[in-house]
Amino acid sequence: MILSEKHEMMKKLFRQFAETEFTTELLDKLEETGEFNRNIHDKMAKYGFMGTKIPVKYGGQGGDTLAYVLMVEEFARISPVLSIYANTSNSLAAGPLLFCGTEEQKLKYVAPVAKGEKILVFGLTEPGAGSDAGGTLTTAVQDGEYFVLNGRKTFISGAPFADHAIIYAKTDPTQKGSRGISMFLVDMKLPGVSCGKDEAKMGMLGYPTSDIILENVRVHKDDLLGPLHKGFSAAMKTLDGGRLGMAAQAVGIAQGCLEESIKYAKERKQFGRPIANFQAISFMLADMATEIEASRELVYNTAVLADTGSSDYTSRCAMSKYFASEMCNRIAYKAVQIHGGYGYIKEYKVERFYRDARITSIYEGTTQVQQMVISSNLLK
Amino acid sequence: MKIIVCVKQVPDTSEKVAVKEDGTMNRAAMKTITNPDDMNAVEAALAIKDYTPDCSVIVVSMGPPPAAEMLRELLAMGADEGVLISAREFGGSDTFATSQILAAAIRRIGFENTDMIFCGRQAIDGDTAQVGPQIAEKLGIPQISYVFRMQKTGNVLEVRRALEDGYMTIQVGTPCLLTCIKELNTPRYMTVKGIYESEGKPLQIFDYETLKDDSMIESDTIGIKGSPTNVYKSFSPPAKGTCVMLEGSGKEAVGKLFELLSQKHII
Repeated sequence: MILSEKHEMMKKLFRQFAETEFTTELLDKLEETGEFNRNIHDKMAKYGFMGTKIPVKYGGQGGDTLAYVLMVEEFARISPVLSIYANTSNSLAAGPLLFCGTEEQKLKYVAPVAKGEKILVFGLTEPGAGSDAGGTLTTAVQDGEYFVLNGRKTFISGAPFADHAIIYAKTDPTQKGSRGISMFLVDMKLPGVSCGKDEAKMGMLGYPTSDIILENVRVHKDDLLGPLHKGFSAAMKTLDGGRLGMAAQAVGIAQGCLEESIKYAKERKQFGRPIANFQAISFMLADMATEIEASRELVYNTAVLADTGSSDYTSRCAMSKYFASEMCNRIAYKAVQIHGGYGYIKEYKVERFYRDARITSIYEGTTQVQQMVISSNLLK
Repeated sequence: MKIIVCVKQVPDTSEKVAVKEDGTMNRAAMKTITNPDDMNAVEAALAIKDYTPDCSVIVVSMGPPPAAEMLRELLAMGADEGVLISAREFGGSDTFATSQILAAAIRRIGFENTDMIFCGRQAIDGDTAQVGPQIAEKLGIPQISYVFRMQKTGNVLEVRRALEDGYMTIQVGTPCLLTCIKELNTPRYMTVKGIYESEGKPLQIFDYETLKDDSMIESDTIGIKGSPTNVYKSFSPPAKGTCVMLEGSGKEAVGKLFELLSQKHII
């Protein structure tokens, strides 16, 4: 896609920021400790990245979906995990609020998230409910002015340091499947809220993920988000936008893999010449670049489509996530292959990219869930 | 109050330098950036604007039309207005002619007693460090070069001027011209919001017609004819010999150095 002058400027801004601020020292620290880094979060917040796609009215930057996609891609090109730092606030956190929050809720919750002052996470998945949200066991029972929440959410990215969480809970047990579910804005400091231990993950180290446990948590009815019993459709709308962000992340990781592979293939000599001179390697690079470009076009086009309100959006987001995340895994595989033994060593960037890439076809809807979304739209 | 910042679009010297057959630089073939010291000047102006109500920052550049893109980026960082001075008549100007034209442009913008002009110390392509001081001379205002610290209280600026072996602390009133060095600050990034806002900010073009009535603009004071100096030749300097880095503690490194120098019969 030919980018407009302003989107070119944004791409330059995101790239400059990532190349300057995401230092090797910082990335190694994230990898070694696995801990959330408040300094880089605050620096991203200072430049408004937490609210790139959030309207100016609610403290954001007022960017369009393409701006958001460019940001996630450029950040992921240098650091996949740091692209999550700026992604969640724009998509899973602000998304449901902007979609169905009241004006008071938007002002109260979105503005601090957009400015990076507060961290809001998204709690849908449960031990028994992942792809099938119909298996949600967390319950919310009304008691006067309050709802009493009980249950357990799992794999919640950012939970250990979150200020608030959007929690999905069954409010009408008589309704089957994904019906009868509502959304709640839960203050993580409320009595009865606790987190499980940080998961030891394969990749994306530096952004802890844990369970959220809810034991008789009393949430005021003002913090019911969206219509009662109808939270799941709102979740689905949010997931569309989040999926597109993850597709952009996959493109960024793949681009990072390609650049590292080109550099290495020119340096590494075997049989008396750089391995880039062998067709076995140069054709792999050609395939990688072509696949990345095809994915990028799909993602950018879907981003433009997102802002037109087209009904094709849901399907196209699923296609973007499906295609880009699978592509990303193929590219990461090839990048390690080109690096040979060195690609298996932590000192080389592709080793980290390879592990980080693996989650892209799983979180925010697995490849198989994307296929379900696409095919059900075709066959309806 | 306004701060006029003079900026220049320069070739990115971290990339390959392209030279034409006649020995001059092939600017069209090279990636461009905003001159690094000028970014410090822009940041200094924006930092004052951050805490000064009614302060406007105007970025001014002389160069070919593509320099407008650079000015747009500075508007996205927070500058209020941009002025691009661009005309065939101005082409080929050396530092004397350039400062003549920039001074005329500053007079055209309007320069009052409370105003300031910030420049970068020098551009990475010419490395002369002459344009800023010459503008000040031509406008008849005080100048301080090599500024690495600055504090503004009312209409008085207290600045530190870097010297080879220390620094000078100087107080100066407005109007004045300062040239900035990289130690002064860290330039901010653009923002997404700033990029959207930059579209609505004024970006004027000053051509020959705009400036020709100024007394400083004469046929023999601008362009190649108005330039007392000419570039004889540009070339990439030949690479120096290979360098060996000696690692380890001071004592170890000195030991290795002694060995190397002995081998070469230097000591």
